[in-house]
Amino acid sequence: MENIQFIIRRFSPEKYEKPYWQVYNIPFEEGKTVLDCLHYIKKEIDSTLSFRFSCRMGVCGSCAMLIQGKARLACNTQVVELKSKKITIAPLPNFETIKDLVPDLSPMFEKHKYIKPNIQRDDLKEVEDKEKEFYQSEEELQEYLQFSYCIRCGACMAACPTMAADRKYLGPMPLAQSYRYNNDTRDGGSKERHNLVDIPSGIFSCHMGSECSVVCPKGVDPAKAIQLMKREMVFSFLKLLKKKKPCGLYEEKKERKRREGIPEPPPRTV
Amino acid sequence: MKDTKLWSLHLFAGIVILFLLGLHMAIMHLDEIVSLFNPKGEEAISWENVLERMKMIGFVFVYIFLLGFALYHSFYGLNKIIGETNVKEGTRKFWSYVLTIFGFLLFIIGTYAAIAAKVVSAKF
Amino acid sequence: MSRKYYDNHLGIKGWAIGGRYSIERYLYTLHRLTGLGILFYFILHIFVTSSRVFGPESWKQAMETVSGPFFRFGEFLVYFAFCFHGFNGIRLILLELGFLVGKPIEPIYPYKTSVGKQRPVMIILMIVAAFFIILGGYDFFLGGE
Repeated sequence: MENIQFIIRRFSPEKYEKPYWQVYNIPFEEGKTVLDCLHYIKKEIDSTLSFRFSCRMGVCGSCAMLIQGKARLACNTQVVELKSKKITIAPLPNFETIKDLVPDLSPMFEKHKYIKPNIQRDDLKEVEDKEKEFYQSEEELQEYLQFSYCIRCGACMAACPTMAADRKYLGPMPLAQSYRYNNDTRDGGSKERHNLVDIPSGIFSCHMGSECSVVCPKGVDPAKAIQLMKREMVFSFLKLLKKKKPCGLYEEKKERKRREGIPEPPPRTV
Repeated sequence: MKDTKLWSLHLFAGIVILFLLGLHMAIMHLDEIVSLFNPKGEEAISWENVLERMKMIGFVFVYIFLLGFALYHSFYGLNKIIGETNVKEGTRKFWSYVLTIFGFLLFIIGTYAAIAAKVVSAKF
Repeated sequence: MSRKYYDNHLGIKGWAIGGRYSIERYLYTLHRLTGLGILFYFILHIFVTSSRVFGPESWKQAMETVSGPFFRFGEFLVYFAFCFHGFNGIRLILLELGFLVGKPIEPIYPYKTSVGKQRPVMIILMIVAAFFIILGGYDFFLGGE
């Protein structure tokens, strides 16, 4: 079994004011992810190493960190794919570091909350009426489904150049989610979200560095969502945008003609 | 929708500048290859060629439009760069006003020069 | 005991470096730099070219001031900056108005992102920009006076 060197950026608020690099040599075998190696370090070498993890299969977004200079999920990154015997790991940039590899993601969640990431409708009765479902076709679903796969890992925020210097910038994730909700036919809050992102450090501080889409571990492509949102806002300003009403509830057709030879369905059991 | 308006104008100005500044660059810097609006010899910056262009009313409009759109496009960009450096809201607004005023002043100076050049060109 | 978090923001340095990025991220940095360079030159240019209002002597003196090799090279850099900024700007206008990004798709690994979709156009535009830069370079340095 060969050894691999992990150079990890540590930060301990009780002990030191600045971060420092610590080197660990660990035995390595093929098939291990970076998260497996971090667990090994924590268990066998240094139990003070802190990092977030949960699902260990790339769906929770907890373990995003800077691996070999690129923001990735530690559980999704095989050590062999890094093609190096020296692996550098650092916490996500553009956030404050709480300890070691743990970033403070609360600014990202606050900005996400700011853009109202839920279905906004005037008619609350339709939202609260649990007997029926909203009528949304497969095509309408595909218009925003890609952007709903976001796991809020923060990798896009770490890769964004505007996020690096501007603390007030909303960031790729909230902006992409504002488009996800605007393009959801169930939602009626488009105008409100246009006003929310049309601020000095809002959507027009995105200059298509497009690194967010490159690093996204789920293929959400936030850069695409943000440019489509800008398009929507410009077309809305030029009065070229077709007004869309939020979709209504699915109503069963009262009269249905049964084709010949097709038997009646059995009675509903639910 | 204020930022949307400003940004849309920034893009439109970019497109206008592409054509007008492209023309200007072709006249001034591709003069050895394509002699555009250089009737008095190859050197674009010679007084004779400059005088010929000063006399053309078309160029007065080209320069005024180019000046206006270029000043807007560049100062909007600079305003955005300053705004993205994590300055306080008050500082950002201050620089925004300074750049607007500076931009207007430069526009007045440039427009005056373009019109005065046409008027003065009759003497030579 | 109050806990102090460490500020891990890259700052303005993050506009250029801070990780291993794709080419489009570096094009963003160069677009910014070229824009600032053109702006700086532009402000001086307004005053230098306004000297034509005062007659041929004033114009010739202004041209003599900016005819040294340092200024000539600087002018070529401005021409280079315009070519790059203009063609990259065309790419950005198309992207930011949603034309080259493509439609929302089901993300299936390996992901096809908007970055990959716009890459052929980026390459073509950069080749055209390079062509105009070489043409201008010929005029500046070999066209000779």
